[in-house]
Amino acid sequence: MNIQLRDPKFVMKLSRLGSFHQSKLSFLRSFLKEFKKWEYKQNLFDLDENGYGRAVYSFSKKNKCYSLVCFSNKIRDEDRSDRVIATKWDAAFTLYDGIPSKIDIDRLEKNVPKQEVGRLSYKELTLSRANKSVRIFNHVVDCLSEGHQPDKELLSEVGYLYRTTAVYGSGKFGLADRFRLKNRDEICGPFRLEMMLVYLVRQFTFDQVNHIAKNRNPKKSVKLDPEISRNLGIGNSTGLGMAPFIVNHPTLLNNWIYSREEALKNIRKIENVKEEDSALFINCLKKSIKNITSWNTDSEFQKAKISKLISDLNKLTSFLNNFSFKEKYPFNKLYLWIEDNLGEECVEYIVSMMLEPYDKIVDPLVKQMSSDEEKYFNIPGDKTILDLRTILEEKYTNIIKIDFNKKESNENFWFISKNKEEPRLANRFIEKGSQLEQPLAIARDIKKLYERISNEKNSLKIGKFLIDNNDLRHVVRRAFIIEKFPYSEIQDNTIGSNLMPIDMLRLKLSFFGAVKFDPRSNKWLRICMFQGAPLPNELKNFDDYWVYNSLN
Amino acid sequence: MKSLSEIDTTSKRASKAAGFPWGIAEEVGKNMRLLEMFGLSGVKNLNKYLKDKKNKQFQKISLISVSNESKNIPYCPIIFGTNFIDQIKLIDLKNEIEILNLAYPILFLPFVSRASEIIGKKIFLKIDEKEFIFNFNQSIYSNYLRSEIIEKSNVVKINFIDNMNLFDENEWKELYKLSEDTFVDESETLKTGAAGAGLTDND
Repeated sequence: MNIQLRDPKFVMKLSRLGSFHQSKLSFLRSFLKEFKKWEYKQNLFDLDENGYGRAVYSFSKKNKCYSLVCFSNKIRDEDRSDRVIATKWDAAFTLYDGIPSKIDIDRLEKNVPKQEVGRLSYKELTLSRANKSVRIFNHVVDCLSEGHQPDKELLSEVGYLYRTTAVYGSGKFGLADRFRLKNRDEICGPFRLEMMLVYLVRQFTFDQVNHIAKNRNPKKSVKLDPEISRNLGIGNSTGLGMAPFIVNHPTLLNNWIYSREEALKNIRKIENVKEEDSALFINCLKKSIKNITSWNTDSEFQKAKISKLISDLNKLTSFLNNFSFKEKYPFNKLYLWIEDNLGEECVEYIVSMMLEPYDKIVDPLVKQMSSDEEKYFNIPGDKTILDLRTILEEKYTNIIKIDFNKKESNENFWFISKNKEEPRLANRFIEKGSQLEQPLAIARDIKKLYERISNEKNSLKIGKFLIDNNDLRHVVRRAFIIEKFPYSEIQDNTIGSNLMPIDMLRLKLSFFGAVKFDPRSNKWLRICMFQGAPLPNELKNFDDYWVYNSLN
Repeated sequence: MKSLSEIDTTSKRASKAAGFPWGIAEEVGKNMRLLEMFGLSGVKNLNKYLKDKKNKQFQKISLISVSNESKNIPYCPIIFGTNFIDQIKLIDLKNEIEILNLAYPILFLPFVSRASEIIGKKIFLKIDEKEFIFNFNQSIYSNYLRSEIIEKSNVVKINFIDNMNLFDENEWKELYKLSEDTFVDESETLKTGAAGAGLTDND
């Protein structure tokens, strides 16, 4: 059966990208799968009775080792802030390449808690900080020190003890550059080191509450039940800092989306689906409903999406009651039905579920989700205006129809804030600074390029066209990237009045493997990672479907 | 120590702030990363050049030709380099290219290094007495090791090196003969069972 990849013009709309869910391709799941056979160890745990001090955790295998170095600090409640402008945090972390010496830890203690204003070295791989969810943290410590387990219902409302507010990597603040690490097989997937940091931080949070409780009441205290620990993850507050990433890394974006689309295409092409595979799909689908029903948010935008998702899942359940996986190409039939009958949130949810039974299809794709971006940076100066025009008309069909003379098409601009060097979005007709706009208005500039070449000769070489048109060089480069990487571009206007920036954040976070997206405005959201994941000492008996087994 | 990622980002932003369009600023970011990785003083030269750019004029070139001379003010290395890399496949590689009066020639080098990779040829470049060989953007071989600012070059010469070996046929034969000592003589039985054996090849 001839089944094509889904059209990028369909997939790459922001509302659809903002409806993506975690899947077997997600980075936190592929990280656990890769590291399940590594040796986990708590190397150092030197905290005082209040839980302040330093700790080191490591994953090692043969002569390779990665160590999380933790610094837990006392801060005043009024200093605790999830905003990127904060300067103090309950805890700060770095992932060290190897086993840190005491001298290394002393050096890191002077820098890691300072985060952006500290300096790291090429021996450090990632950097992060986190704040306690004070209400939950105190409740857990109080309960444990009194000899009983915390209230599960209260824990499930939040889902974590700590919330990270940033996780940095790839050369930021002196951290190791990617080129130093790119030949290591175990970290070939994107963001694998960031995932490792967050996963080990999660264990630190459990060890810390146990430690404080024991010190508070040595005779009566109990340890946090592993079952409860497993159902806690790490929270994360994410703002606009993440949004430009997917615009600035087009080949990487392509490789993420392409992997998902290729997996879907290959699953739709399966003529006869084995009974155990259809059963696994149905089983994951049923278990995952817990994920939806326990998805708490105050966001009206997200509430409406969840409500539509639940009603669509009910429709799907009715449909599946009369659906036979014994028919030929059943996943294709199912996909065509959901696309015709259900909303984007549910379609993308089911697409994620469809991947679950198919390790053989998904696993090779996981290895293709990184990108050697430098390889595609050069503009082919020997191509012609005809080549460029053809690309623009074929790949940006809807973009070049947008009327940028309308005020609402131009409403926003992206800039870098002077205060914290972080990306921000503002209304260009109200706020100052649009002359310093970042090159993230791709749709507008592609349209400008299309108009600019309208009177150029088809035979003119790009190398010569650029002599007088370097103001549009950044989008000429992108056009020749999309020619090779069809999913490299968001097929929407990223400066229009109806832009929902959290769609961009959610796209990235879904590939991380985050669940329970909780938008706090249209510009930032909270999520939870590793909720339900096996604890480090359980990894050897790893179950890849943990995400559906334990969610609450 | 600054990471290459920091060098890339900061150089890109600084170049944009100094008046280059984003697309060219992106080129500069990548170039500074390359220069510093290859051990050449990119940031030092860029910093000085961008400062100079506020007060001084630099000549912008359009089409690269065999001989390029700017009589009054020196060529801008970034605009020259951008055009060089954009036009590299349009240039006749048999010719030597000469640039007279190029400002901050170190900033031009990464464009040449990348061009070497694009055309699949090594490139020899001479800045006055300083010699460089660019090896497909994998390495730069040079007799110049100083970390300094070079504000201007009088003459830059560029030659495209034909793909050829640096050893003669006799040296190759001797080496090959030695390598044969790792081979094993095949028995007659094994020969009769090898791929294609026993079939007619006229089918």
